[in-house]
Amino acid sequence: MGDSGRPLFQELGLLESEYERVVTLMGREPTDPELVMFSLMWSEHCSYKHSKPLLKGFPTTGKRVVMGPGENAGAVDVGDGLAIVFKVESHNHPSAVEPFEGAATGVGGIVRDIIAVGAKPIALLDSLRFGPLTSQRSRFLFRRAVEGIGHYGNCIGIPNVGGEVQFDDRYEDSCLVNAMCVGIVPHDRILSCAAKGIGNRLVLIGNRTGRDGIGGASVLASAELGDDDADKRPSVQVGDPFTERKLIDCCMAMSDAGLLVALQDLGAAGLTSAASEMASRGGVGLAIDLDRVPLREAGLAPGEVLVSESQERMLAIVEPGTVQAVKDMAERFELDATDIGEVTDTGELEALWRGEEVVRIPSLYLTDDVPFADVPQDAAPANAPIDIESVPEPDDLAAAWLALMGDPNVASKRWIFQQYDQLVGAGTIRRPGGDAGVVRIPGTDRAIAVTLDCAEWHCELDPRAGGQASVLEAARNVACTGALPIAATDCLNFANPEKGSTGWRLAEAIAGMAEALTAIDAPIVSGNVSLYNESPRGPIFPTPVVGIVGLLDDAAKSVGAAFGRHGDQILLVGYGEPRLDASRQLGRCEGLPPAPDLAKEQALISLLVTAADKGLMESAHDVSEGGVAVALAESCINGGIGADVTIPTGRRADEAMFGEGGGRVIISCHPDHAAAIRGLATGGITATVIGEVGGDDVLVTIAGSTTRVPLCDLQDVWEGAIPQALEA
Amino acid sequence: MSATRVAVLRFPGTLDHESAARAVQAVGGDPVFTHHMDTALPEGATAVVIPGGFSYGDHLRPGALASRTPVMGAVKRHATDGGRVLGICNGFQILCESGLLPGVLRPNASLQFICRQADLEVADPGTPWTGGRLAGEVMSVPFKHHDGAWFGDPGESRVVLRYKGENPNGSIDKIAGITNLAGNVMGLMPHPEEACDPLLGSVDGRALFAALLA
Repeated sequence: MGDSGRPLFQELGLLESEYERVVTLMGREPTDPELVMFSLMWSEHCSYKHSKPLLKGFPTTGKRVVMGPGENAGAVDVGDGLAIVFKVESHNHPSAVEPFEGAATGVGGIVRDIIAVGAKPIALLDSLRFGPLTSQRSRFLFRRAVEGIGHYGNCIGIPNVGGEVQFDDRYEDSCLVNAMCVGIVPHDRILSCAAKGIGNRLVLIGNRTGRDGIGGASVLASAELGDDDADKRPSVQVGDPFTERKLIDCCMAMSDAGLLVALQDLGAAGLTSAASEMASRGGVGLAIDLDRVPLREAGLAPGEVLVSESQERMLAIVEPGTVQAVKDMAERFELDATDIGEVTDTGELEALWRGEEVVRIPSLYLTDDVPFADVPQDAAPANAPIDIESVPEPDDLAAAWLALMGDPNVASKRWIFQQYDQLVGAGTIRRPGGDAGVVRIPGTDRAIAVTLDCAEWHCELDPRAGGQASVLEAARNVACTGALPIAATDCLNFANPEKGSTGWRLAEAIAGMAEALTAIDAPIVSGNVSLYNESPRGPIFPTPVVGIVGLLDDAAKSVGAAFGRHGDQILLVGYGEPRLDASRQLGRCEGLPPAPDLAKEQALISLLVTAADKGLMESAHDVSEGGVAVALAESCINGGIGADVTIPTGRRADEAMFGEGGGRVIISCHPDHAAAIRGLATGGITATVIGEVGGDDVLVTIAGSTTRVPLCDLQDVWEGAIPQALEA
Repeated sequence: MSATRVAVLRFPGTLDHESAARAVQAVGGDPVFTHHMDTALPEGATAVVIPGGFSYGDHLRPGALASRTPVMGAVKRHATDGGRVLGICNGFQILCESGLLPGVLRPNASLQFICRQADLEVADPGTPWTGGRLAGEVMSVPFKHHDGAWFGDPGESRVVLRYKGENPNGSIDKIAGITNLAGNVMGLMPHPEEACDPLLGSVDGRALFAALLA
């Protein structure tokens, strides 16, 4: 029995049917530590029991894929014997309970996933969702989460090169904090988490084990949040970035010296998850002597040692003859490394405590035998496009434009990214604030472009098209820098899959994402699922965050979003008619945005990559929230120069200026290059010269009527919006 | 003649040692990583770089713990003998904590970490650290720090660089970098190693590394 008088399995979050399955598998009642281990490993967070069958729809193979989903992170070939390793992961529930430590340890966790593969981290990104900044609680969560990301990321020395944030009522109780890390590793140095070599030793490296983060994956991350969330604060881990930095340096040095047979980070469910995954993956057993695990405090129960989520710990398999060398190396980096057990041929996880066996579980029971949960597939009613006649047309387009620039969802995110070290490592070629971050591949003349994106309003109204749009926005952003999208990672943030049409939305969004990823030939190599982002006040929007990595063969050819020279021509390139459905200008998640055209998106990506390679573009910027008018203003502000354009359209002026949808990009170029860019527009897309760069104002003419706004006014509103909202 | 050897110090938590070493190489020097527990500089090293980062996780105060490590004893002897030392960001904090430079670095006035490109104005053209630029000439170098507001008596040092325009961190007289009165020990909060590659937008930082080899 648990403390509350309920059976222990219930208190641990297991269903009765799941408990019965444990007893059937084991052929006996589990010990308390064993039951704790099952409860964590069979939680949604660790097992993906609601989503795993759906994830099979993703494309995961391709000529560049070196390592697909299933390991700590995926890897893709970028030439010269090098691979890029990356993954995005959520830390939503801890951040909603304690935003600073929740967000900080989210960064720490994803970085350890990258170093577990043997890769050196070279970039971080984050995707955030909070309630509106008019809410005091959301301002607190937002401010503290950003500080937590900065605190941890700055101290471990990985540049933060991009990301995104949106504010909406739907995230008031369930904020989202997703972090992505990118690393680099030579192919022949990629480490697996598979334990091997009977008799090899199990070495725990890094922090001591304490009581923090116990049950984080089950009671916190696999259930809805409610009014008693403050009581869950002890389930949130506490980060120590200084130790993480030493751990990065130490693991890299050990890998360089060839001391590691396998490596795994300790994340959700701590030692239990790390050890069972290493054993299952390697088809071996692991025997752990819990008395040898260095503890931060006395009095921990064996079950607590097994599932503690104390941060900054790694588990390594090393040959018996090199244990001393591993310990010496750790000492040089002022870290603990402790031999806590060995690799066996039993296929079982064994744990000794005070000399007695307290755990003996075939590791596959923990990792592979979770009963999959049926997800109800109730389709939501289809939505219809808005009737444009029902939307009042603004009397003053200039005022509407300025108001849109001041919407925190559209406004400059400088307040966030200037708190992050964007540069460390001297490789950041394109900093945050553009379409994608561009980072040099160390030791080469090539670079990668990375971004995180999601079109959650579109996903709410039409999850399949929204899933496509999320992928394509990320791909367009990467292509705007001139990089060819080569692979993807995803973090599926959804509500409670047992309720409403969430399960159907999840399945539809995955199907849409898979279609778009296949069309642009960017397989998924890693990912994460976060469900139960729901409170008594309702579910979040379906938020499948997509991270895309693109490759630039020549780092010097990357393109930014800023207009450069007076007299450059401005082109609108792509396809699709702007619509106000679910646009920022409409301000509501209503209507039905047009579904993307996959073939035209691919044609647009090709145009951008080719034009960059030929050096034809001065700038390229994706048209997204706020439409052409906002994209134009952003390119002007970033370049410190005005523009004068005429938008050819048969639609209402507010639709033409602020409408969203389709795949459209604003390019600027030297007048001599405009014809060449127009010549690249094939496959159903168009490239039209709409005006030129210059002056101190931004002018948009539609049907003979011109809206003129001074650049400095647009800039003041755009840059001031978030700082001012936070002062409220 | 072989390249000038430059000791690049590495404490637990140091972050910019690799980019500082590349910057030293870019101006023709030979960087040698030097462990914080070493009691002497590497054989033949004629200059020292203390790179940025978060040595000891900024525990106690930024630079406080690193300033008391064995390697700093060797740096002090080197500096007393007139050898050149360049401290960048956390390296500047370490130099102030160790007494090789006057003053302290206080938290930014905004109490936030700030990362931005900055225009630095040459205040004293007479030191070797700014590549012969005239007074008032501008160098474009980024900064990124939480504790970068230099506080002290400018008269105890030579002010080499000031922030042009808005003061980003609240330092006295917009000071961005100083040397000791002898001019051989230089500390600055901005990161010259992030301004040595045209693809990163500026190569103005090279002057500071070139000064190590002179």
